[in-house]
Amino acid sequence: MNALQPVASDDYLDQQGALIPERVRADFPILARELNGRPLVYLDSAASAQQPRAVLNAINTYATTTHANVHRGVHGLSQAATSAFEGARETVRRFINARSTSEIIFTRGTTEAINLVTQSWGHAHLGAGDEVLITHLEHHANIVPWQMACAARGARLVAAPLTPAGELDFPGFAALLNKRTRMVAVAQVSNALGTVLPVAEIIALAHQHGIPVLIDGAQAIAHQGVDVQALDCDFYAFSGHKIYGPTGIGVLYGRESLLAAMPPWQGGGDMILTVAIESSTYNALPWKFEAGTPNISGAIGLGAALDYLDNLGRAAVSRHEQRLLTLATAALQAVPGLHIVGTARDKSAVISFTLDGVHPHDIGTILDAEGVAIRTGHHCAMPVMTYFGLAATARASFACYNTSADVDRLVAALMRVREVFG
Amino acid sequence: MDTRDLYRDVILDHNRSPRNFGRLDPADAAAVGHNPLCGDSLSLTLRVADGKLSEMRFNGQGCAISVASASLMSEAVTGKSLADVTTLYHDVHALLTGGQQAAQRPLGKLMALSGVREFPARVKCASLCWHTLNAALEQRAAASAAAIPAQAAALPAVSTE
Repeated sequence: MNALQPVASDDYLDQQGALIPERVRADFPILARELNGRPLVYLDSAASAQQPRAVLNAINTYATTTHANVHRGVHGLSQAATSAFEGARETVRRFINARSTSEIIFTRGTTEAINLVTQSWGHAHLGAGDEVLITHLEHHANIVPWQMACAARGARLVAAPLTPAGELDFPGFAALLNKRTRMVAVAQVSNALGTVLPVAEIIALAHQHGIPVLIDGAQAIAHQGVDVQALDCDFYAFSGHKIYGPTGIGVLYGRESLLAAMPPWQGGGDMILTVAIESSTYNALPWKFEAGTPNISGAIGLGAALDYLDNLGRAAVSRHEQRLLTLATAALQAVPGLHIVGTARDKSAVISFTLDGVHPHDIGTILDAEGVAIRTGHHCAMPVMTYFGLAATARASFACYNTSADVDRLVAALMRVREVFG
Repeated sequence: MDTRDLYRDVILDHNRSPRNFGRLDPADAAAVGHNPLCGDSLSLTLRVADGKLSEMRFNGQGCAISVASASLMSEAVTGKSLADVTTLYHDVHALLTGGQQAAQRPLGKLMALSGVREFPARVKCASLCWHTLNAALEQRAAASAAAIPAQAAALPAVSTE
């Protein structure tokens, strides 16, 4: 196969249209390495997914042939860098089906995207006695920025309850919407439990009350088809590194009418039209929210990652991951004393679990020695852990490059944990 | 890397049946330690008599390494002079991190923790109890210098980060 030729989507699929993970794996150089003397089994993509050669090559090509600052020079390099950077913005727009690139703001990641909203929109729209409604399963990135904005404005942060399965208690959520609610901010997929939230219903209900909705899409973007117009969300935040792109780049989608009315949140170069000592005028969207030199190569890498995933086929990847989820959920039942935390009917390919008598940290160390990389701890979601009376869990997450052999290795490594701890 | 070197029988035994688990009330000194990496916490209370650490109890939530380390520590420090406890604190730190002055003195059962240094991600689990003990003793020294009894409400917060 010629490395310079894009691989046709069909080459990744078998005759039934199922993803052939071995073909996908060949695109990810890191998967060829060993971990502690054993072939790497990477089950931590929910924390950070690996990057395919298409992304690494795009970044390298940019750095070796094109790099210059964007939106500045008349020289050829700056123009080429600008068109590559703005081209990546168009790729993002197409991927999430936004109306316009004016609605696509590059950030450092999901966390910065949410902070942009809490600081710009939050400070302009939150007042004393107002409420922001989140859920009990949010990542810290969709809790702490709201806490800070609420504290600064005298507003209150309210969290909707969950069911014992780790699903949103929808009637409980609906009951918390009231005249004081100024914003609903929820995850599309729980990073700690894998629960898929009914965001379309949440958005429809919030909009009936005239309340805007922010969706934290960090865990959803790589696994669900995301169409911001069909969802009708007001803000959508995600990170590049959860979708096979580089770290340090992410996106805030915002409805244009909302973004246009929001004040800038960081000042500096690129976000202005004119500057005098007395005052300045601000740039048009989306640049109004992008002060300073952006992460140009990160944006280009993200664009390449989105193209890569689209080439694999989002539906095929999703089916593959769901197959692994079903397989792993069944296979883990064989491990004595293992309990899956989060048993929602609609789940992303994330399995959080505990093992009787063994702390998740000890599970993580023994699995690491067996070459299996998983996440252990509170997953930056301490309130949901507290909700289930746990300090920590072990978490295996699956991506396009995982195989049923990875599930077998996970189970075998967990049996090894049982041997050590009895 | 062999996990058998980390999870030795002594460690597994102290994890299953931690010694001196609980809480002293009243206590002469107390501190709470946190490991932000895993959300674990360790609460420690102790009594001092005739310049010696006469009793120590700990409780909290933790991995096998942090529970076993606290359990082993409680046995090692009970009955020791406060000066000897401080010396031991430095010796254990050297043992865990493999520093220059590693294992100058015999450390007895605490040597069961020597495998931890091959697992850098786990050093903080083993050292959390020692940092917490050190903070409790420093707090007590500062409080007695100021002639204020140690207040449970003003526990020093310890983090290994």
